[in-house]
Parts: sequence; structure tokens; C-alpha cells
Amino acid sequence: MVQFNLPKDSEVKKGKYYKADTNAKNIKKVNVYRWSPEDGENPRLDTYEVDMDNCGPMVLDALIKIKNEIDSSLTFRRSCREGICGSCAMNIDGSNTLACTKSAKEVNGDINIYPLPHMPVIKDLVPNLKQMYKQYQSIEPWMQSSKTTNGSEGLQTIEDRSKLDGLYECILCACCATSCPSYWWNGDKYLGPAVLLQAYRWIIDSRDEERKKRLKKVADELKLFRCHTIMNCTNACPKGLNPAKAIGSIKKMLVTEKSN
Amino acid sequence: MYDTVKGADWLGDQDAIEFLCKEAPQAVIELEKYGVPFSRTEDGKIYQRPFGGMTKNYGNGVVQRTCAAADRTGHAILHTLYGQALKKDTEFFIEYFALDLIMENGKCQGIIAWNLQDGTIHRFRSKMVILATGGYGRAYFSATSAHTCTGDGGGMVLRAGLPLQDMEFVQFHPTGIYGAGCLITEGSRGEGGFLVNSEGERFMERYAPSAKDLASRDVVSRSMTIEINEGRGVGKNKDHIFLHLNHLDEKILKERLPGISESAKVFAGVDVTKEPIPVLPTVHYNMGGIPTNYFGEVLSKDAAGSDVIVEGLMAVGEAACVSVHGANRLGSNSLIDLVVFGKAAAVRAAEKVKPNSKHEQISDQETQKCLDRFDKMRNASGNTPTAVLRDKMQRTMQSKCAVFRTDKTLKEGLNEIQEPWQGLSDISVKDRSLIFNTDLVEALEFDNLIRQSQVTVASAENRKESRGAHSREDFKDRNDEEWMKHTLAWHKDGKVSIDYRDVHNYTLTNDVQYFPPKARVY
Repeated sequence: MVQFNLPKDSEVKKGKYYKADTNAKNIKKVNVYRWSPEDGENPRLDTYEVDMDNCGPMVLDALIKIKNEIDSSLTFRRSCREGICGSCAMNIDGSNTLACTKSAKEVNGDINIYPLPHMPVIKDLVPNLKQMYKQYQSIEPWMQSSKTTNGSEGLQTIEDRSKLDGLYECILCACCATSCPSYWWNGDKYLGPAVLLQAYRWIIDSRDEERKKRLKKVADELKLFRCHTIMNCTNACPKGLNPAKAIGSIKKMLVTEKSN
Repeated sequence: MYDTVKGADWLGDQDAIEFLCKEAPQAVIELEKYGVPFSRTEDGKIYQRPFGGMTKNYGNGVVQRTCAAADRTGHAILHTLYGQALKKDTEFFIEYFALDLIMENGKCQGIIAWNLQDGTIHRFRSKMVILATGGYGRAYFSATSAHTCTGDGGGMVLRAGLPLQDMEFVQFHPTGIYGAGCLITEGSRGEGGFLVNSEGERFMERYAPSAKDLASRDVVSRSMTIEINEGRGVGKNKDHIFLHLNHLDEKILKERLPGISESAKVFAGVDVTKEPIPVLPTVHYNMGGIPTNYFGEVLSKDAAGSDVIVEGLMAVGEAACVSVHGANRLGSNSLIDLVVFGKAAAVRAAEKVKPNSKHEQISDQETQKCLDRFDKMRNASGNTPTAVLRDKMQRTMQSKCAVFRTDKTLKEGLNEIQEPWQGLSDISVKDRSLIFNTDLVEALEFDNLIRQSQVTVASAENRKESRGAHSREDFKDRNDEEWMKHTLAWHKDGKVSIDYRDVHNYTLTNDVQYFPPKARVY
């Protein structure tokens, strides 16, 4: 049988072990993926013992505690710490989520933290998300309408507006896209769940006039139909959104709206 | 306009406030045209809700004026405007950390920035630099602000030898989640939520008989603090207040306040349909900042005492002090400030900058100065981690420059804040790398924060009156005769020097008359 191995420089080695203060009673081990682009070393898994009695409740609190008190070189993105900016998206305990809204208590045993999967790593837990941003721009995420304002707002019924619920809340954290096997293999061509959710947000906005053009644009074997309804995206979404359903809705519209 | 003037406790410049109010409706309509998913009324118009300090007929009666996209208006505007920027194929320099302004002959010629993604240093030569760097909420221990709210623009401006304005005015939002500090929108009280003390009393009825829970934020935060100080706080330590939403219709909570329902669940473990949310006044917004006119042009003061425009430099948003918010900002006025003055700055920049005009020569000396500072910090091998200094600064600000201030606390604050400032010379940066070195980023951010902390305490100690968010127990009243003026503060080698600017006691046009100061009652 064929044996698949990681390239030698990608193998994750055993890293350093940082012991907690001996007085700490409630210790949790946090294993963190470390990689620096500047030292020519392989990635490694460092272990930090964290005193959870003197730490905030979220995984992000534990990471900040490590950075403040144990190892200031630990590198991760963070900003709002309340689940609205999407910066601290990472793989925790095997799932992609936001470190700031993930309770450390919910993790049984050690907390294992890796960067979002299958993205190029810049350093430690910081992935390069350029590809997704480019794809986001490709779906033209702006209103396309020829209507002029005449000094007052465009109207929209409560019902039409409610169609945007579950879509506009997306924070572009990339948890969904980077949990999708199709996106792992074909990320350069398949738009992925985050971008398709946004494509649908504009397709379904009653104020936008380019619905047909938008549908046509994504109606592509690779861009859209690499979705195989695996549903990892919906399971991962830290905002409780349902990208798989949005993708399903686009597919359905392509069938029902014949004029395309 | 009257609401904003009154909310600002008459420290706002009324020409700028008139400009804001005149431009606001068109700005919202423009946002709607760009696709902001505003909530809607039965007849399809943009949904508007009551907000703190918003009244009709000069304080007589509540009005629904604040346009909203559920309780995620800021998020909705941000993403929509990002889309508009993509439409114009705007080039973003993502994750570049701005280090310093390049100033030559009193003029701003560009900035120096560090690209975190590949570790390179860049010199951006520019005809116009617009600072949109936000506030410095992280100078405090408990703030609703993001970790990145380190006031980097204010830090750069101080290092360039320019002043900051009205820095003593720090807004405490009444409803930060107890412990976590995350924001519970004022819209929750706009939709009918109210605050309750340990005796089950809706105490805001006592402090603000007319506006009640929708009085200005400074008023509500002070009332809550008094309740706690007088022993009527809730919880084990009687150190916070309850915000009740559980009497509201579940449908309203779901439709109009879904975001905070989620936040309350995650960060306080509270089901808002059944239980109250534990809340505490939490640092939220800096009324002070980089002084500008209503075109966004940065101002300083010349030797003769007149306002002068700093050529090549603009500031907008929380980083700036236009000043429309004066001594206390009204809820929702920050977002409208961003879109109105953001656009005004763009229009002004387009007028001033001639296409294809050549850049001026920048001396190596100016560039070198910035690189030297960067190198010094990068190689800092002292004994005190940034986190330790930052913690000392944050705790000092939180305890000595809070909702209520006295001469004693502020003098102690001035003294104690010297420690983290002096600690800069003993700071330790362990990571020497250049790519995504967040150890170094945090050290540089601390440098920005500590300067603004010093300026804040010094400005607060200096202002001997109570006005808006600046509440002195030893000077309980507003004193228009002596203190109807903006504070200007410069920072050099850890010392703060203070001067003043006149508050504009005139409006922009004859459409509206200047509102003379009067007692501020809600």
C-alpha cells in the first residue's frame, strides 16, 4: 500500500515544556503549535501548564495569560475578545472556532491549539488568509442597483429584510472555509462556504438588481459545485450561521430560476 | 442638535455639531444605498429606536432617532463599507503597523510602517495622512474596547510634538458585562430595558425623572456608581448592577437584540429572557483626541495663541476630537461621526491634494529617528515585561481616573503613572524576530498608551470643575466662566504641558442659533 508522509520540514516535533508555579492547584495543559519563519526549524508543539484558578474563562484568556506571564513570543491574532472581529479563529480541541468565545472548561483534558487548517502559516497560530479575501472580492460584495436615492432611503419590507438574517452576521473569520475538505483540496478554485454565504447574502437582497448576473457568476463546477454537503462549515461556525444551507439555496435557485 | 450640545455639556463646538446634524440624514441614506442591512419598519423604512439623551422639543419627550441594524449596526456598516472599498479596488496594506509620522518643517510628509507579514519597514511618502486609529481604551483595566484600541495615532501625534485635546473626558458606558467588560448596547435600554439595584428599585427614576434609563451615559454611569458606593449594588460583593430585559417580548429580543442576547449567554451565562444581566460602568469611548476642524484637518496652536492647521495631517473618528462630543458623547453619535467626518475629510483631501504633484524631499534624519526608536525597542533587554508595565498603568488609570475623581486620587494618579512610564527604560522584549513579532507590537502599543495615560491624568487633575464625563467630587459644579474651554496637552519626556483653545460659541450658519449654556437635567 502507498505510504503518505509529511515532507520532513513539516513534521511537528515535540517542543518545550513550561511547568506552572508549584502552588497552582487547578492546572490545565495547553499544547500549542509553534512555528517561526525565521529560524529554519520544524514546527513544534509547546506545552504550557496554566493555572486556571487565576485565569479568565475562555481559551483566549489562557493564551493571553501564557503570553503575558510565561512566553511573550507566543504569536496569535486577537482584537475584540467578544466574537465580533473574527481575529482569533483557530483550531481548538480539533474544531475551528474563536478562542474568545470558546470556554476552556468545555475542553476535556489538554487543550490542543493549532492554526486554522490547510492555510499557509505566517507564524505560530497566525494563518495567511489572502486567498479567501481575494475570493470574497470576486463575488462583488457590494450593492448593485441603478436606483437613485431622491433624498430618501430605499424601502424594504420586514419580510425581505429578514431574508438577510443568518447571512449578514458573518464575521469572515474563516472557521467554516478552513474546516471544509473540499476547500482544503481545491481552495484555489472552490469559493468555499464563507464566500458563498456572502454571495447568497447579495443574491437574496431584494434591493440588489443583479441577482441573475450574480447567480450566473457562481454557477460553476468548481466555484460552487465542489460543495458536497459535508456540513463541517455549519458545525464550525462560531456565530451559529448555516453556510451549507445558503449554498444549498444557491444550487436550488439555479435549478428553479430557469432563465439562467 | 440641541441633544448633542446638551449631551456634550456645552463643551462641543457648535459649528461642528451643526455640520454633523445637517449631514447625518444624507449619510445614513448613502449607507442604505450601499446596502447596509438596516432593520425595517412596517412601511419599509429604516427602523429607528430611542437612545440615551435623544429628545424632541429641546428635552421634552423621547424620540426614536437612532437608525439600527438589529444590535449590530457598527458591524453591518463596517462590512458594507469594506465592500464599497473593494468595489473601488482600494489597496489595503493589511497588518502594517504604523510606527511614526514623518514631520518636516511642521508639515506631515508621510509615515513609517512595519509590515508584520514579512518584517519589512516601509516609508510611505504622502501628501495627506489621515489618522483613523481609534481610541485608547486599553489604557484602562476594564474597557469595552478591543485589545487593539491602543490609540496609536494619538501616540504618534504626541511624539511629533503636537497636542491632544480634552483627554480628561473618558466615557464609561453604563452596561459593560460585569467581569468580562463586553458591551451590552444602549439599544437594550432603548428597547425598554432598565437598571435595578439590590433593593429591586429602578433607581434611574430618582436620578433622571424624565429620561430615566435613557439619560446620557455619564449620568447613568454616575448614578450606578453612587448606588454601588452606597451599598445597593447586587451580587456577592455588592459591586455591580442588574440590567433587566426579561420583561421584554421574546420576539423583540430575538429580532432587535440578538447579538447581546448571545453575548450575555456566552460571557455572563445569562438567559436574557429569564434573568437580568450583571453590568458595570466600563470604559468605552474617548471624547478627547487629536484636535481637528470639521474638515478633519489637524490643529495646533502657534506662538501667538491662534489655531494653526498642521499641513498634510488629518484625523477622523475616535482618534479625533472635532469636537462634537465635547465632555460626553451621546450613544450612536460615534457611528454617525465616522461616516460624516470620514467623508468630509475625503472631500477636503481631494480639494487640497493636486494629482501628480511631487513629493518633497524627506531628510534621512527624520527617517532615522523613527528607525532608531524601533531598533531600541526591538532590542530592549530590560527586566520588566510589557505585560507588567501595562498592568500597572491600567490599574492606576482604573482606580485613580475613573467615574468620580478628586484632587487626591488624581494627584496620586499623576504620581503612580510615572512608574510604568519610567519602566519603559527597563522594558523587556524577548522576541527579536521581525515577522509577526507581537511581543514587540505590544511594547510599541504600550509606548502609545502610557503617553496618553499621562496626558489624561494630567488634564483631569488640571480641570477644576465637573463637566460631562469628568466628575470631580471636590468641584461638583460646571464652571463656565473659567472652564468653558478645550484642554490642549503636549507630552515631552514624560512631562505634560497644558494650554487651552476656545470652545466655538457660534454655529456654522444662520439656520440655527447658538445654544447658550444652561443647567443639564435629564
